[in-house]
Amino acid sequence: MSSNSFAYNEQSGGGEATELGQEATSTISPSGAFGLFSSDLKKNEDLKQMLESNKDSAKLDAMKRIVGMIAKGKNASELFPAVVKNVASKNIEIKKLVYVYLVRYAEEQQDLALLSISTFQRALKDPNQLIRASALRVLSSIRVPIIVPIMMLAIKEAAADLSPYVRKNAAHAIQKLYSLDPEQKEMLIEVIEKLLKDKSILVAGSVVMAFEEVCPDRIDLIHKNYRKLCNLLVDVEEWGQVVIIHMLTRYARTQFVSPWREDDGLEDNEKSFYDSDDEQKEKTDKRKKPYTMDPDHRLLIRNTKPLLQSRNAAVVMAVAQLYWHISPKSEAGIISKSLVRLLRSNREVQYIVLQNIATMSIQRKGMFEPYLKSFYVRSTDPTMIKTLKLEILTNLANEANISTLLREFQTYVKSQDKQFAAATIQTIGRCATNISEVTDTCLSGLVCLLSNRDEIVVAESVVVIKKLLQMQPAQHGEIIKHMAKLLDSITVPVARASILWLIGENCERVPKIAPDVLRKMAKSFTSEDDLVKLQILNLGAKLYLTNSKQTKLLTQYILNLGKYDQNYDIRDRTRFIRQLIVPNEKSGALSKYAKKIFLAQKPAPLLESPFKDRDHFQLGTLSHTLNAKAAGYLELSNWPEVAPDPSVRNVEVIDLAKEWTPAGKAKNENPTKKFYSESEEEEDSSDSSSDSGSESGSESGEEDEEGDSSEDSSEDSSSEPESESGHQSDTENRRAAKRNSKTKGKGDSKDGKKENEKSKTSDSSNAESSSVEESSSDSESESESESESESRKVTKEKEKKAKQDRNRLATDASLLDLDDFNPVSTPVALPTPALSPSLIADLEGLNLSTSSSVISVSTPVFVPMKTHVLLHRMSGKGLAAHYSFPRQPCIFGDKMVSVQITLNNTTDKKIENIHIREKKLPIGMQMHVFNPIESLEPEGSITVSMGIDFCDSTQTASFQLCTKDDCFSVNIQPPVGELLLPVAMSEKDFKKEQGMLTGMNETSATIITAPQNFPPSVILQKVINVANAGVVPSGQDNIHRSSSKSLERPDASVS
Amino acid sequence: MIHSLFLINSSGDIFLEKHWKSVVSRSVCDYFFEAQERATEAENVPPVIPTPHHYLLSVYRHKIFFVAVIQTEVPPLFVIEFLHRVVDTFQDYFGVCSEPVIKDNVVVVYEVLEEMLDNGFPLATESNILKELIKPPTILRTVVNTITGSTNVGDQLPTGQLSVVPWRRTGVKYTNNEAYFDVVEEIDAIIDKSGSTITAEIQGVIDACVKLTGMPDLTLSFMNPRLLDDVSFHPCVRFKRWESERILSFIPPDGNFRLLSYHVSAQNLVAIPVYVKHNISFRDSTSLGRFEITVGPKQTMGKTIEGVIVTSQMPKGVLNMSLSPSQGTHTFDPVTKMLSWDVGKINPQKLPSLKGTVSLQAGASRPDENPTINLQFKIQQLAISGLNPPLFAKEDWP
Repeated sequence: MSSNSFAYNEQSGGGEATELGQEATSTISPSGAFGLFSSDLKKNEDLKQMLESNKDSAKLDAMKRIVGMIAKGKNASELFPAVVKNVASKNIEIKKLVYVYLVRYAEEQQDLALLSISTFQRALKDPNQLIRASALRVLSSIRVPIIVPIMMLAIKEAAADLSPYVRKNAAHAIQKLYSLDPEQKEMLIEVIEKLLKDKSILVAGSVVMAFEEVCPDRIDLIHKNYRKLCNLLVDVEEWGQVVIIHMLTRYARTQFVSPWREDDGLEDNEKSFYDSDDEQKEKTDKRKKPYTMDPDHRLLIRNTKPLLQSRNAAVVMAVAQLYWHISPKSEAGIISKSLVRLLRSNREVQYIVLQNIATMSIQRKGMFEPYLKSFYVRSTDPTMIKTLKLEILTNLANEANISTLLREFQTYVKSQDKQFAAATIQTIGRCATNISEVTDTCLSGLVCLLSNRDEIVVAESVVVIKKLLQMQPAQHGEIIKHMAKLLDSITVPVARASILWLIGENCERVPKIAPDVLRKMAKSFTSEDDLVKLQILNLGAKLYLTNSKQTKLLTQYILNLGKYDQNYDIRDRTRFIRQLIVPNEKSGALSKYAKKIFLAQKPAPLLESPFKDRDHFQLGTLSHTLNAKAAGYLELSNWPEVAPDPSVRNVEVIDLAKEWTPAGKAKNENPTKKFYSESEEEEDSSDSSSDSGSESGSESGEEDEEGDSSEDSSEDSSSEPESESGHQSDTENRRAAKRNSKTKGKGDSKDGKKENEKSKTSDSSNAESSSVEESSSDSESESESESESESRKVTKEKEKKAKQDRNRLATDASLLDLDDFNPVSTPVALPTPALSPSLIADLEGLNLSTSSSVISVSTPVFVPMKTHVLLHRMSGKGLAAHYSFPRQPCIFGDKMVSVQITLNNTTDKKIENIHIREKKLPIGMQMHVFNPIESLEPEGSITVSMGIDFCDSTQTASFQLCTKDDCFSVNIQPPVGELLLPVAMSEKDFKKEQGMLTGMNETSATIITAPQNFPPSVILQKVINVANAGVVPSGQDNIHRSSSKSLERPDASVS
Repeated sequence: MIHSLFLINSSGDIFLEKHWKSVVSRSVCDYFFEAQERATEAENVPPVIPTPHHYLLSVYRHKIFFVAVIQTEVPPLFVIEFLHRVVDTFQDYFGVCSEPVIKDNVVVVYEVLEEMLDNGFPLATESNILKELIKPPTILRTVVNTITGSTNVGDQLPTGQLSVVPWRRTGVKYTNNEAYFDVVEEIDAIIDKSGSTITAEIQGVIDACVKLTGMPDLTLSFMNPRLLDDVSFHPCVRFKRWESERILSFIPPDGNFRLLSYHVSAQNLVAIPVYVKHNISFRDSTSLGRFEITVGPKQTMGKTIEGVIVTSQMPKGVLNMSLSPSQGTHTFDPVTKMLSWDVGKINPQKLPSLKGTVSLQAGASRPDENPTINLQFKIQQLAISGLNPPLFAKEDWP
């Protein structure tokens, strides 16, 4: 049993010992208990037999029963020898269950556990990565100190394994070994350092976890990996994200200077009231100030933003705390929406999130003010949620919203949950002290509550009123009188004590009542609560000093009662007061000052939020929740005065190229960019020396090969996420561009060399195709990567042709378009000609002009936000209507253009029954109207969609938009560009189609522009702005083509 | 991170324990029981309980407490979110997550838990991967297993975990390829006595059931995507496409999953499709009170309101109620003072009502507040936010 107790830690050891003791006694006790125990033994006997049998099914049955015992917490350790024999079983389920058993009991049966080690050692060399991984997992879970060297060796080997999955398990094993033998720390740090350099998304989360556990103070290990971690973040699995974000928050606080203005802290409270101006001011200030954010700091803030939309509450909270702790204050506002969203989650999640919001709302009210109503209490909330919501409402209260809040509080006070009602009263008190405008209103409201039928409510009101009166003691004699009367009825000790204290403090203002109250109290003294007794003594003392004529005898009587009280506190107090106020020969100099002592001006209590002192804990941590330092809590350091050398994060030149290309990629924050591009993680394991160049080459190469460079550049201009960060991101871009172009040259030359060697992989996608080869050799062919390679083969020829241009273009394009484009998802967006035949057959509604070419409708490249006025609100008697073209295929018919109409009611009355009448359409045109809208609330707006078949003409569709009372004639005239549908086609097909479009169908015009002013992307941008067109990949960079088909006839338009 | 997990039923028995690191004695749960006793109701047990050497983080679902034991600082939401994920997984595996079911399937539960965490750190939480590792029990499989002696543990090693699409298992094949999308919107509103809306917000989810062969890549677009301003996605959704084009593009997991959830805030006031007329009064003189409520439809766009359930927590002073509903059934529990009325469908021609008298405890004073009424209802085929169902799903798969 000695080994057994070793398993338990110091705290639980005692409990276990007693349990064992009981067990022992039960065996000694006669008959019944003994019988039970022996039957238990017998059962184990038969389990042993089953385990030793030859049949797998019997073994499996036995193992299942044993696992059942473990689950129930019964001791099954004596079966250890029998179970361990099966560790090498061929049956996977038996094996797994044996592992479960082994991990559970190995610590108690160390010697026997050693028998199984050799099995794992053999498995560690298995060719299958999953078997290697699981062997390492179990081996490292066996907590037997003797095998530490074996584990160390296994971890080191696994950390260099080709499979990222095995490396991930190695990272987990590091933590296990560290907890088993902390002396291995130095060696383990070496392994961590190595694994931190790993570029696989599988490894990142686990190794950072190991880092946090083993050596959180070795921040220097992070420098070189910082940018990589930032860029990988979106792709890491959710649990890893949480750990990495927390670590990076700490890192940022040590490495960057504060983005907050010096005086921010002081202005915080004021700021919230004038939030919007302040934000502007802050921006202008920033321009004036020399502070510029480190680009790495910006990188982190930008790359975490998309994670606010994670489904995982822990990730959202982690990002929220990161923004709170390290982003400029003006940017932290975006987290509030996501946090409020989490409030719809489970009770436990709500609890934690509300706690964090409570802390935030104290410091920066403005952040959550717009969401005030989300914190309204629901009758179904559990009490702890209710109190937290109240807390936040109090923090958010200000002059503007206090009246609505007070009305809400009135409902809460009437709640049947009395604990909650009491908390509400406290809240009203706090609002009253914080906002001086409503102090009187609150006070009178609370006085009304004094006549409430519920005692808890009354008592709480008394306590709160006491605090309020203390703030402005002057003119509230009436309330004090009222409360004195309450003494007859109220029984809650705290409330009674409060009333007595209040009367004592104001005894000179109520000279007639006070002595009478004392008289009553003297009568009931013996039956009062201790708390009340103390206050009676106080009241007596105060009255004795101010009005000794009337109360001298009463006070002495009370002091006599107190002298013999059972409670020593009261006896002490009595003695103390007697010496102080009753003059006798022994009393010292102090008694002269008795009046000053008892009736001194007492400062009013400050009603503060209980969350006030929590802000020194990092948000989202366990310590914050508990408001106490948890074991292993790492303090968030203050911002350094001067930033440490930022160049430590730079990586060597070759690596630099590698680092920065993905950096550009991640800029558009694409969580899915890695769906197919395994290349990035795989390639470093395959051949890392040469592909730094080829990778960057392949990037730019695919750019025009996929023919969507325009798409990307258009996205750049429209959805550039960092436009707010202004000039500094620009400089960053430029910097990155420079680096890129530097490496580009290298990549090209390498490309050329390779081309000679091997024609097949000569083109720039070699990184990709090599990964395909690798995965297929692993015999887990991934269907999509296969299809990719297929499509690649088809396009290869074309690529080669276009290669000359491409290489030249590469630098060009990267300057323009550092931002990510997604070589991977594009085949989805714009199907390339290499679609599978079955799909081609499936494409409906398309007349194929020739059997070889394919015209398929693709998704719009760009959707303009432009809206057109359909009905102005002035002419529509308050009903305003706008229409826009969402460029979506119309659901009502193939030939229809979908039109989105937004109706706004600008009147203060409901508009009812909005519908369409009297369509006056030219012949052939058709229209699918929206369903009548029953009613539109004042200030309300509704968006409906309809379909119109314009017959490929720009004729006007006129109709009447009617409400219940009026009819308005309106018309829609489509711009030509909206009558088109974008199609995706290859250049070859395009030319073929173009050839057929001569004569009648041809329109051509020449637009002369200064070419240097119009980079390709701008022209494309302009084209797709006016017309719903797709983009055709072009081999020549001075000709831009876009394709679309009209709804009626298959034809192609050229630009 | 997570040291151990204890499953505790409502009567306070630990019926399952699992340790990922050294064994923690179950006596640590005594602290939990203490807290449970202090909190009168199960849902008031604090989710985080500190003990001298450990911290207990718990979630309460399906009348079971899932108590995780941790020793060091860890983001509490991390653990809580994980525990919820465990419950979801059990539900996914067994259909329901209840004490008897867990006890019956203890071996599968144990195997699943073993795969979900390694050394307390989540390893595989995607249900697609787990199902490949350990097959969920079905009646057919149980029968087959007992006859042929095959096992629940997948004999193929899971590949999904290694792929870049970790949520989808490979090699999926269906004869009928189908995908269903279900838009569910919940409206949550507080309405005051006079019937005016205090707050209302809409929480919507799109649940999907996708049964497609291979690696399908789907896109989904909305007529009015601008409504969805606050969204959270399943990790499979490409965030960038959504940002730039408001199109959902994704490779779906196999089977059921929640594609996205969204939140429409109360800024644009929502029209609540039902109303409740109430007339509840207590008189001081007699110990009887009047009680009458009527439920009716309002702005339902011609759709029927179904599954209406009215519940109300009566004040403590209420002794009993004698009520007669015009339709549906009602119950009143004199112990918990909970009135519930299962209305069913609302017929706009004949509005359902519940009338009767309330008898108060003799001598008890008149309750000073009318009870809160909770109303649940369902409307099929109507998205209250005005979100039109997804327009089209284009499928590309080789």
